[in-house]
Amino acid sequence: MPDPMKIRANVVGDSTEVKVLMSHEMETGQRKDAQGKTIPAWHIQNVTATWNGKTVLSAEWGPAVSKNPFLSFKFKGGAKGDKVQITWIDNRGEKRTDEAVIA
Amino acid sequence: MDAKRREVLKTGGGLTLLSLVAAAGWLRPGDALAEWNKAAFEAKTLDETMKALGGSAPAQSKDVAFVNTPDIAENGAVVPIGITSAIPKTESIAILIEKNPNMLAAVFDIPPGTDPAISTRVKMGQSSNVYALVKADGKYYAAVKEIKVTLGGCGG
Repeated sequence: MPDPMKIRANVVGDSTEVKVLMSHEMETGQRKDAQGKTIPAWHIQNVTATWNGKTVLSAEWGPAVSKNPFLSFKFKGGAKGDKVQITWIDNRGEKRTDEAVIA
Repeated sequence: MDAKRREVLKTGGGLTLLSLVAAAGWLRPGDALAEWNKAAFEAKTLDETMKALGGSAPAQSKDVAFVNTPDIAENGAVVPIGITSAIPKTESIAILIEKNPNMLAAVFDIPPGTDPAISTRVKMGQSSNVYALVKADGKYYAAVKEIKVTLGGCGG
C-alpha cells in the first residue's frame, strides 16, 4: 500500500485552494541500475480531484513529473467542512485515494 | 401518407442515434479513469506531441504565463512550474519540455469552475525551453520559457 498523500485545502475568498503532496517514486524508465539494466518506468498516470462528487481537476502525467509529486490548484466554491478527494493511479495499476476537509 | 411515413422513419432514426450517443456518454466516465494518452507521452517532438493530442501548431499567446517558475533551476530533478491562462474557456493546460526524452510532462484538464492555473514540479534532464500549452475553446495557445539547469554538483 502506497503512503498517504498530504492534502491541504483552504478557503481563499470565494475559491478553495488545494495543495497536494503525493508519495511516489516516479521512476522515469531512463535510468540504469548498477548492472546496466534499465530500471522500468513507474509513475503516476492519472490524478483526479473531486469536491462533493464533482470533478474539479483531472490530470494525465508522464514520468517527467518529479518524485513525490506536488500539485496545487484552485476551484470556485467549497466551504469549510466540505471534503476534497484526490485519487491517483500509476502505470502498475496501483491506486490511492485520500481526502481532506476544507479549512 | 408517404411523407408521414418518411417523417416517422426520420424520427426513429434520430432516436436511435441519440440513444447511441447517450450510451457512449454513459460508458465514458468509467473509462476516463484509466485513460492515458500513450502516444502523446511517447512523442519526441512538438509536432508529434501536438498530433497525438489532436491539435495543430499552437499560437504564441501573451495570455499564457509562467508563475513561480525559476529562470535557473539548481536541481533538475525538482523544477517548480506554475502556469496560468487568461484565455476564456480554457479546457486544459499542458507542460512540455523540449529537451527531455519525451516532451510531454503533464496534461491538466480544467473543468468549468476551476481556475485555469496549476502548479507542480517536474524533472528536466538539461537546460531547455519549456512550453506552457493551453487548449481553449478547441484551439491551442502556448508560451515558452527557457529554464537553465545547473548540473555538475556543488550547486553550480
